[in-house]
Amino acid sequence: MSLQYALTVTLNGLTLAALYFIVASGFSLIFGLMRTVNMAHGSLYLIGAYVGFAVFDPLYMNDATYSYAWYIAILAGIAAAAIVGIVMQVAFLGWMQGQELRQALVTIGISIIVADQLLANFGGSPFQFFAPDILFGPMEIPFVGRYSTFRVFQIGVAVAVGVGLWLLLNKTRLGIMVRAGVDDRQMLAACGINVPLIAVFVFGLGAALAGFGGVIGATAQPTQLGIDVKFLLTSLVVVIVGGMGSIPGTAIGAILIGVTEQWGQALLPTYSVILTFVIMVAVLAVRPQGIMGRPD
Amino acid sequence: MPMLSRLQWAISLAVLALLLALPFLLPSFWTGNIMGRAIVYGIVAMSLTFLASYGGFISLAQTMIAGIAGYTVAVLAPTAIPLGNHWLPYWALIPLAVAAATFAGAVVGLIAVRTREIYLLMITLALAVGFSLFAQSNIDWFNGYEGIRNILGPDIFGYPFRNLYVFYYSSLLVATALYFLVLYVVKTPFGLVLQGIRDNPRRVSAIGFNVGVHRVASFALAGFIAGWGGVLITFYNIGITPGSIGIWATVNVLVMAVIGGLGHPIGAFIGALVYTLFDTFAATIYDRDRFNTLIGLVFLVIVLVSPDGLLGLFRRLTGWRTGRSVATETMEEKT
Repeated sequence: MSLQYALTVTLNGLTLAALYFIVASGFSLIFGLMRTVNMAHGSLYLIGAYVGFAVFDPLYMNDATYSYAWYIAILAGIAAAAIVGIVMQVAFLGWMQGQELRQALVTIGISIIVADQLLANFGGSPFQFFAPDILFGPMEIPFVGRYSTFRVFQIGVAVAVGVGLWLLLNKTRLGIMVRAGVDDRQMLAACGINVPLIAVFVFGLGAALAGFGGVIGATAQPTQLGIDVKFLLTSLVVVIVGGMGSIPGTAIGAILIGVTEQWGQALLPTYSVILTFVIMVAVLAVRPQGIMGRPD
Repeated sequence: MPMLSRLQWAISLAVLALLLALPFLLPSFWTGNIMGRAIVYGIVAMSLTFLASYGGFISLAQTMIAGIAGYTVAVLAPTAIPLGNHWLPYWALIPLAVAAATFAGAVVGLIAVRTREIYLLMITLALAVGFSLFAQSNIDWFNGYEGIRNILGPDIFGYPFRNLYVFYYSSLLVATALYFLVLYVVKTPFGLVLQGIRDNPRRVSAIGFNVGVHRVASFALAGFIAGWGGVLITFYNIGITPGSIGIWATVNVLVMAVIGGLGHPIGAFIGALVYTLFDTFAATIYDRDRFNTLIGLVFLVIVLVSPDGLLGLFRRLTGWRTGRSVATETMEEKT
């Protein structure tokens, strides 16, 4: 095996991890504050991708607007997922706060309906965004050679999302409230903070990250129905491994899973899925709360 | 403590008698495709209900465990296409498959032994989806995406298993036996300790019971139940595919269990029947292609209106057996 091959596989793993991080950080954020396991997170990813594409396609076909079609699609995908997420929190999940299993069941019900409605409205054929010219095509990377510019950009986006979340949670008044809510929701409410409003904001933010991931993911590779399951599963495994509600943990989990998945596919194609679960089971056996998670 | 009160025995026997007579009262389509199907899927749903009701675990791995039993039969079956011609007869395969499922159940229990509630839900879902993805990518054993076909099942008294009545009555026999097994087990010391652990694991372990062993054993028993369901489902579908044990199959079993009610094992069969009726008659109610939207809405309404399912709704409407149901308690714990 050449060095170039090894580096390419690792880089593939890291770019995949970047996408996993963007999606799973939203899942982790929602879980961290509200203890809500959002089983519809994969559906929010798909909503971002599909709505983004519905906006993108006509703009891209038009010569006057094609240069900024992709950026509009990003905004549309984020907005669509965030709106659906906020509606979910306000209409269903907010008033059953604390009933974790019931919330999980509600989000499962929503994901069944969303998947079916997406199929009804957009059909089942795969689609892919075209990245804007500046990110399109290959670039030269030392020791690796030609590599997709967009996939490198994906890593940059993930780092930006990570830093942005860190700043938001650690350097803003809102972040202080969110972190206080994670530690003790009732005390925070007793301090006169409108906790349900913060919950709506956090749910919207987490959903927006899923929608954002949807457009990014559908630019990197073709997307179709069924991929919601993959991203729900990945989000679950990443946060189980990394630790619930921890952003650094989510990053570690995403890198571990992404790189393992790519190396697994390169070395043992049929058994690569198992590797992911071996990691999950090993982490659970040693640290049930995840690598960066705090014990209950 | 008796297993059932006299009234409950009377109702159970009356229902059983009705189920035995049904094939003579209903058209054959109803016997096989509605009642038979509801019974075999109900068995898998009941393994979930058993864990939820008496252990407080919502495990989404039950479909996967049924799938392990199904694949065990399918991989080794004498009639299998494309890899058939094995020497083991069906009557030896069925116990082997159920043993494999029991073992798989214990393994899932071991993996999840230190986690509870929502974490358990996530971990078992991840395991379930992982297994179906594995079955899908493995060609050598599981024949990948296409799965294994032509699993006809054994002949019983000279009649093929495909015979409507053979299928219906064997499924009914297995389901009835497992149903009473669950009702019996929960009154044994093991079952009582299990319910104690559900309510308060720390106190039970303070008395000196090994909480972990009881949890793993309950998962093994649930695996045993799901295994029977998996074998019968594989015969019903004349084969098995990764799709039939994937996330949507997993969710469907959860939907059945929740619609019926997680408070009592009978809820699983009620839910399975309701689900099957919707699945079959969605075309006349709404739109065949949008079945999932319909069942999703029904599921959502049930979870929103009556977290303990139709059974809980029935109890509240009739005042039958007052007191809080187990499922509501599990769901509303830690508010």
